[in-house]
Amino acid sequence: MTVNKPSSGRESASSKRRAALLAGCAATAALALTACGGGGATGTTTKDGFAQVSQKDGALTVWVDATRVEAAKLYQQQHPDVKLDIVTYDGDANGSNYLQTKVQLFNRTGKGWPDVVFSSQNNEATWAVDAGFAAPLDKGLIPSASLGKFASGANDVCTVGGTVYCLRNDLSQAVLWYNAPLLKKFGYSVPTTWEEYQKLGEKVAKEHPGYLVGDAGDSFTPEIYLWASKCGANHITGPKAVSVNTSSEACTKMAKLMDVLIENKSMSISGVFSTDFGKNKADKVLLMPGPAWYGGALFEGTFKTPAKQVAAAPIPQWQGETSPSTGNVGGGTWLLSKHSAHIKAATDFLKWVTTDNAYQGEKAPGFPAYTPAAETWLKGQDASGYFASDLSALKDASSQVWNGWGSGQFSQEAIWAATVKPGLTQGKSVVSLLPAWQDSIVKYAKSNGYKVSQ
Amino acid sequence: MTLSHSPAGSATRRRRGASRQSRAGMAFVAAYVVLLIAFGVLPTAYAIYFAFTDAGGRVTGFANFVTTAQDFRFMDAVGHVATYLAFWLLSLVVFVVALALLLHRLASGSASKALRFLYYIPGALAGAASVLVWLFMLDPTVSPVSSLLGALGFHTFGEVIAPGNLPLLFTIIAFWTGAGGWIVVMYGALNNIPTDVMEAARIDGAGAWQTAWHVQIPMLRKWIVYMVILAFAGGAQLFVEPQLLSLASVGVAGRDYSLNQLTYDFAFQMNNINGAAAVSVELLVVSVSAAAVFVARSGFFDAD
Repeated sequence: MTVNKPSSGRESASSKRRAALLAGCAATAALALTACGGGGATGTTTKDGFAQVSQKDGALTVWVDATRVEAAKLYQQQHPDVKLDIVTYDGDANGSNYLQTKVQLFNRTGKGWPDVVFSSQNNEATWAVDAGFAAPLDKGLIPSASLGKFASGANDVCTVGGTVYCLRNDLSQAVLWYNAPLLKKFGYSVPTTWEEYQKLGEKVAKEHPGYLVGDAGDSFTPEIYLWASKCGANHITGPKAVSVNTSSEACTKMAKLMDVLIENKSMSISGVFSTDFGKNKADKVLLMPGPAWYGGALFEGTFKTPAKQVAAAPIPQWQGETSPSTGNVGGGTWLLSKHSAHIKAATDFLKWVTTDNAYQGEKAPGFPAYTPAAETWLKGQDASGYFASDLSALKDASSQVWNGWGSGQFSQEAIWAATVKPGLTQGKSVVSLLPAWQDSIVKYAKSNGYKVSQ
Repeated sequence: MTLSHSPAGSATRRRRGASRQSRAGMAFVAAYVVLLIAFGVLPTAYAIYFAFTDAGGRVTGFANFVTTAQDFRFMDAVGHVATYLAFWLLSLVVFVVALALLLHRLASGSASKALRFLYYIPGALAGAASVLVWLFMLDPTVSPVSSLLGALGFHTFGEVIAPGNLPLLFTIIAFWTGAGGWIVVMYGALNNIPTDVMEAARIDGAGAWQTAWHVQIPMLRKWIVYMVILAFAGGAQLFVEPQLLSLASVGVAGRDYSLNQLTYDFAFQMNNINGAAAVSVELLVVSVSAAAVFVARSGFFDAD
């Protein structure tokens, strides 16, 4: 050290000159970038795996749906020093594409992107990466230790080309919800296979007409029944490739089961959120295969089912199978904008909202994707006294999601709603609609630039 | 002096007055022209530029038109809009004219005033709000006319919004929203028919039906053509009704039912702004061509 000391003064002067030169170049580059960029950016630095705009102070803009407002408010309460601008939007519910629409516009105007955004859709990453909106999260922003604590496969829908671009809010593995006192009163037991489920449905139709063992009227019906049956209608095999086959036995046997129960009216085709279902059928639910969020959002929230009635069992499996397979009905995601000028604050919010027990463990309505929070959440659900059983079925199902069904850029729910649902309303069978469903998926996939194999 | 000065002075005042009037007129027209250029002509020109270029700004000729026309939803959307237009224009011409004649028949009195007000109310509601009102009306579970829907065989919202019913439903919604204003306009036009013409018809022994068919309707022709031109352009751009119905029915009504919805889908779902512009330009060409045919065949701009 001392040997080098005499020369350090000269070196220091020359390094200062170099620094000044570099600063000059950087400033010129920044100016050039600003001129070319046409908005917002005053220079970028590549960090955490992407080019970040100049960071500055100011309010952190967070877009949430009505349900997640509570999360943002709680964060604000716990972090009074953070300036938070909470914007409520539809959360892209029912595939409204609001976020995508807005991002396309912001990309044109060069400003306006939210820093962090919640979406109730699982396929946001598929377009948000192409649109240059979603920031990579596993290149420095979120430590791998944290990412490793998300449930296995939870962030698959957020992963594009091996990089994680969003964090899963909640899992939506399906289980078999049932009305425990009613089932006991009727003298039935919880079916463990789909064959038993069908038999029970036939019995209910005869012995207790009007009561229901399920519902096939929602746009997410295929994700509850056909995904659970390992129907290969939506196997995303590459970034822009999908395999579609709705005629396999896995699809037809579930379709036949549904047809039998729809025919004898033990399975409704109204849709659980329709006014018809709420008014006429909500108190007639004996069994209801459905996602984790049905417990709080549907039974407790929408149907106002009294406490100590609703219980959860594993979703049935086909006879001869060793364990159930489940579908995945939504589950929200959180994205961080590449354009954010408050990356540190945004990352802090993102980490908190997806992992912190204060929200995910204690307040979240759905099954948290972050495993430690999920454990707290399950304990909270048990302690709440609402459910008639423990919810361990949810925990088991979280690792039983069949991975042969993916989240593509085209909405499976919209396709089912427009193609199959009107046919069901007109009295057509699910089996007879399978070819039309396949045809529609293929057309939409091709239209969105997917290579389709059938 | 005073006598000789006076005519010259008044002429000067008239000239000044006329010049002031002309300047005021120019100012009003100029303001309109500026707005028309800023929000009508320039965006249209921009859309035409987009329609013939790709995302990188390179000229592509008709490639965007070909790509969008080959999309599997395009011809379906054309069919849907054409069916809706047939329903909508026919109902508009028949019922608006009939209701205006009826209103005029009631002539003076509070009933006429009340009816004119009643007809106008739906038009005062914004398009989206009227559709929302209809979403309640069409859901048998909550509709105030659920017994009527039940009598027609509709017991669930899903049955009401079956794809085959959509052109009729959109027509009913659009008629309820837009027809009232046109009835008031037609009523005004009927009032402008000289009383001596009506009187002559009456003296010649024409009854209500003959007066309407041979006198009033021919004299309303230009107004009817004007209504059809605007209704065609508006109807071809069908968007709010199917879009809201699609959201309310969770996709059953389809997000790509109309051409404008398809345009929206191209722009924001598939990130193909240029394709969206191509479809918009096609709609523009069709609407302008239809208007030209109507104007040419009806003598719309002929002086009386």
